[in-house]
Amino acid sequence: MQSSSLPAIRRAVPSIPRESKYRPFRPGRLAIHAVLLVLSFLFLLPLILLVSASLSSETDISTYGFTFLPHRVTFAAYEYVLQNPSQIVTAYAVTVTVTVIGTLAGVLVMALLAYPLSRTDFSWRRPLSFVVFFTLLFSGGLVPLYILVTHYLQIQDTLWALILPYLVMPWYVFLLRAYFAGLPRELIDAAKVDGAGEWRIFFQIIVPLSRPALATVALFCALTYWNDWYLALLFINNPALEPLQYLLYQISTNIETLQTSSQAFGVQIPALSAQMAIAVLAIGPITLAFLAVQKHFISGVTLGGVKGE
Amino acid sequence: MMMLPGLIVLFVFAYLPMFGIIIAFKDYRAYQGVVGSRWVGLKNFYYLFETDDARRIVVNTLEMNALFIASVLLVALAIALLLKEVQGSSRWLAKFYQSTLFFPYLFSYVIINYFVFALLNRSDGLVNHSLQAVGGSAVSWYQSPQYWPVILTLVTVWKNGGFWSIVYLAGMLAINPELYEAATMDGASKWRQIWHITLPMLKPLIIINVLLSIGRIFYADFGLFYQVTRNAPELYPATDVIDTYVYRTLTSIGDVGMASAAGTFQAVIGFVLVLFSNWLVRRTEPQSAIF
Repeated sequence: MQSSSLPAIRRAVPSIPRESKYRPFRPGRLAIHAVLLVLSFLFLLPLILLVSASLSSETDISTYGFTFLPHRVTFAAYEYVLQNPSQIVTAYAVTVTVTVIGTLAGVLVMALLAYPLSRTDFSWRRPLSFVVFFTLLFSGGLVPLYILVTHYLQIQDTLWALILPYLVMPWYVFLLRAYFAGLPRELIDAAKVDGAGEWRIFFQIIVPLSRPALATVALFCALTYWNDWYLALLFINNPALEPLQYLLYQISTNIETLQTSSQAFGVQIPALSAQMAIAVLAIGPITLAFLAVQKHFISGVTLGGVKGE
Repeated sequence: MMMLPGLIVLFVFAYLPMFGIIIAFKDYRAYQGVVGSRWVGLKNFYYLFETDDARRIVVNTLEMNALFIASVLLVALAIALLLKEVQGSSRWLAKFYQSTLFFPYLFSYVIINYFVFALLNRSDGLVNHSLQAVGGSAVSWYQSPQYWPVILTLVTVWKNGGFWSIVYLAGMLAINPELYEAATMDGASKWRQIWHITLPMLKPLIIINVLLSIGRIFYADFGLFYQVTRNAPELYPATDVIDTYVYRTLTSIGDVGMASAAGTFQAVIGFVLVLFSNWLVRRTEPQSAIF
């Protein structure tokens, strides 16, 4: 495409050059900034609404509804949530455990899988790549997975059920494979001459050189585990193993969960604002993580996004 | 050796379930196991397609996904074009826009359900309050299926628009700037540049992404349809899709036969569609075919 359109434009170049490129004042660009600012605000709007509700009193919510700014700022909802913390602390602990173990194990397992697939001298490269790839094209669906986990593996109501199904995500295997394949081949050959084994080459040469790709994959893995409620919905019945997102889901379907538990304590509970406060507590870490490493997130999108997903 | 853990995980959690599609052709009884249960041929499919549900969930899935694909593409391209225009002017603002627009991508559908609920719940929601403030009357959003194709499209665009705009922006920034310089000197307006340079150069990327989405058009985003609608039965006429149907049939009704028939139907048609869309990619942009 480039080759066909270039000559046409080149031919046009000798015509009179115009100044437009260096005009100092550009109303058009200001308008674009205005549109983007409004758009950014619209995109943040639901979040503002949520934070505002979490800082409002229950009576203000029922009088004025959800508003962008709380009528009177109160931390009652947070106090309530943090005063009766056992369930939330447990859920937080489950989520953190699953996220940390899942991310570390996932990145390691996927990198170990991707590395041989990136080596052109590995004779099983093509068939095994296909084995990984095929899982993107076809899947047995929910019913067989459900029966497998609950009936055959019997790992429902364990942390395994929250970790293992997401451990190997084929897109990321291919992302890593592409990155490994781009590393200079001479490094591996040189290490081999020095007598290093495959494991040593992997851990001492490949891994340190691939930090950006590994970090990106780790970020998206962590996001997947942190945000997951689906596996819990399917496989977890034990309240002690409920992750944060699943707890939030249950609260939203069942406001009474909070109300009954609070009646036991004999307090007037801020039901809606407390829900919103828990939600804010759940998205807080993601937001902070995002602000800290947004560059990696965004470069990760362009790395993996171009190939879809 | 290195690959063993990964391959085992894939074998157990991806390949074993694939063989599990035989459940759809069996009268599954838990105590008999998958292998031991009786073969019933196509009976499960027969029952499934006798119901009105089958038509409804297939139509809903296709309709909603088509809406999503088109609107996310349009919005993401529009945002990417805007972002590209301000790339040069203020680095700080350009970064701010990108981050903000990408931000919703980080939220799970559980959280998004909270957002939507804050906007739409009947008594306290912002939308109803605003409606009443201008003299309108409150709407029971969670009981009015006719609005949900629009609501869910807005949610999808909000969640994914920023993500895709960054993908397209990256594509746009990779275009040789000489093309634009030449066009500007030639007096081509911004619109003509977009139409004759940016969009044609992006075509391969757009085609790939759209075809990939079409390949997955038979799969609905379970979280979106389950969480954001609060699984309200009143909304099923518009929002019940294959994935929610399979889940509900399996877990609350416990009809393994019906659920697995719907799931297998989805898996097979989905597979065919993926192959078909790849074949199309291969025909239009051979170098970007996925396999």
